[in-house]
Amino acid sequence: MEILHALIVWPDQLLLSLLLLFFIAVPILYGARQAMHSLLHAMFRAVSNPLRLMSRWLFKSADALRERNKLVLLSRGREEVSLNIVKEFDRVTSLVERDLHGYPALQRKLMDEITRIEEEFQKCGEVPPPPPEWTKAVAAIAKIKPSGDGLVERILEDISNSIDDVYDKVVAEYRESSKQRHNILKNFMPFWRSVDRSLKRVDKDLTGMQQSAAKIDEQVEKFKQIHAKSENAEHSLTSSSTILFVISLLAITIAAGGAFVNFWLIERPMAAMVGGSEYIVGDIQASYLAAMVIIFFETLMGLFLMESLGYTHLFPLNNLNNRMRRWLVWISFSILLILAGVEVALAVMRDLIISADIALKQELAGGSAVTAAVANSWALDIPKAAQMILGFTLPFALAFVAIPLEYLIHSGRTVFGALLVLSIRALGFAMRFISTMVHQIGKGTGYLYDAIIFLPLIIERAVMNRGPRQATLPPGSSGGMAALSKHGEHVL
Amino acid sequence: MSRRFWIIPVLALSLFAISCADQRTHAQAVYMLVDTSGTYSKELDKAQRVVSYMLGTLKAGDSFAVARVKSRSFSEKDIIAKVSLGKDPMQMNNQKREFAHKVGTFKADLKKGSAYTDITGGMIQASEFLNETGAGQKTILIFSDMQEELDYKTVRDFPIDLKGIRIIALNVTKLTTDNVDPRRYMGRLEWWEKRARDAGASDWKVVNDLEHLERIFKGRG
Repeated sequence: MEILHALIVWPDQLLLSLLLLFFIAVPILYGARQAMHSLLHAMFRAVSNPLRLMSRWLFKSADALRERNKLVLLSRGREEVSLNIVKEFDRVTSLVERDLHGYPALQRKLMDEITRIEEEFQKCGEVPPPPPEWTKAVAAIAKIKPSGDGLVERILEDISNSIDDVYDKVVAEYRESSKQRHNILKNFMPFWRSVDRSLKRVDKDLTGMQQSAAKIDEQVEKFKQIHAKSENAEHSLTSSSTILFVISLLAITIAAGGAFVNFWLIERPMAAMVGGSEYIVGDIQASYLAAMVIIFFETLMGLFLMESLGYTHLFPLNNLNNRMRRWLVWISFSILLILAGVEVALAVMRDLIISADIALKQELAGGSAVTAAVANSWALDIPKAAQMILGFTLPFALAFVAIPLEYLIHSGRTVFGALLVLSIRALGFAMRFISTMVHQIGKGTGYLYDAIIFLPLIIERAVMNRGPRQATLPPGSSGGMAALSKHGEHVL
Repeated sequence: MSRRFWIIPVLALSLFAISCADQRTHAQAVYMLVDTSGTYSKELDKAQRVVSYMLGTLKAGDSFAVARVKSRSFSEKDIIAKVSLGKDPMQMNNQKREFAHKVGTFKADLKKGSAYTDITGGMIQASEFLNETGAGQKTILIFSDMQEELDYKTVRDFPIDLKGIRIIALNVTKLTTDNVDPRRYMGRLEWWEKRARDAGASDWKVVNDLEHLERIFKGRG
């Protein structure tokens, strides 16, 4: 400000003084134009180029990380699909071993039953009785015309009676024969049912086999896609990992809630064990730490139990043989059981402490009569029982945390990897954006400089247009702007 | 392999606990001075309520003492009951019960109040007791009208040391003279506050509403 005041020639005529200063400054600025443009250009590029470089590096890093994530994801997916295929094959094997190995016997049984049905069926075929020989004689007599002769009429009557008798006999025989055939058919029923059952069983087994085969086909198709490193497989695996991550996180949060309840269940009696007035760090009481250690230990034992049972694969326990694994199961289960027992004892103790506290406070307040009245109520035992049940069940419930924890760890790698890539890209974009902005501001500042010295520039352009160099310059280019745009080019 | 897995967290936690054991003491010590002079001795029911409240709030490791303020109070004989609470909750309850019983007996046995009121002597005695406990937070509760009356032989006009001790005046009743000129009451409280702060007291508070005793330790650090 002092310098500006010193430069004012006529302090009482500020505008005039400034105008004079402007006219003095313009030729100087015009003369320094090239140098100023170079200076501005260098200054802004000093900011924008590193930003652009960094942006490019970030995008490359993001790509590299994405590739790595993809490899990890596909590897994990391949492993999972392989396990699924093995599981399905195991299912099919057990199905074949359980059901199909009895098929020869079943087939024999079916064949026997079918043969028997055929034989019986043949037996029950209807055989019409052969026409008796005397029917021809009857037919010949039947041709005799009625003559009114009494002997003939009598003979015919006798024949008619005989035929009726014979007919009745034949009908009775026929009915008897039909009845026998029906009985044979009736005896078929269990065989038919047996055959029907056997065939249904075969159908069911074959359907199960078909379903398993379809599942295997599906898994194999997935495996092929993973092997081919297709985008589809990557998206599918990322999506399933994200869902798994969210579900696992939810399960862990619920488990943390259980652990919190467990903590408050054992914290107070722990104070009686390790001392309520002992502090570890700051305001953290020793009893808090002791209770937390118990809960962590329970979780750890649960982790080992799940691990040795083969439900989780967080630790490299492959080198352990089955015997050792069984030992590990029993040991971790026993410790878990002991800790659950300890928690039950602590729950009882907690109840005692709280009851004693309430009794003391009522006594101090002079309310012993109230205490006596309520003391006999069976309802007072409910919280105690609830605490005991919680104390026993929560350690075992915590043991199952191992399963969502494993999924959380595995899916977390994918989710955090994807988030990291996204963050790096966002950062890269931001840097590129800032770089472009700085570049444009630099250009704008150059134009502003030219705008201030517009008068000499117009004159310069007029002179140049009139001179012999007009033809050599590209149309529409002034020397300054061309230089600026040339300077304004980015190296990247 | 598996054994190592169990031992590592146990060892780590033990080491963590040992290395990080907090050396500061979080226990608190409370010394309650109960004015038994003249007509103020009639306020003992209220004092007992305060004692009951305090017993309800104190935790394991805390110390508590109740002493009477009489003509000359700089003596251990004036301590009615004192206790350092144990770590076992059941034992702690018995200690509290016994303490309440002692205070109750004292109240029942008190026939008449003392002629003079030696608050300063009581405070010196209290600060000695509190410093001996080594507690992290030390509090003197004064259940009195804060009107100090000394006989001609008793010397108390010297600087006292109440460094790091919080002073809380409870149930400071107004005297007849205060009613005539309230400035006397306010002046008396100001004088005591100044004296306490000059003696190094970390805080000075007056709590007259005994329905809200939780205000006694409001904002305790």
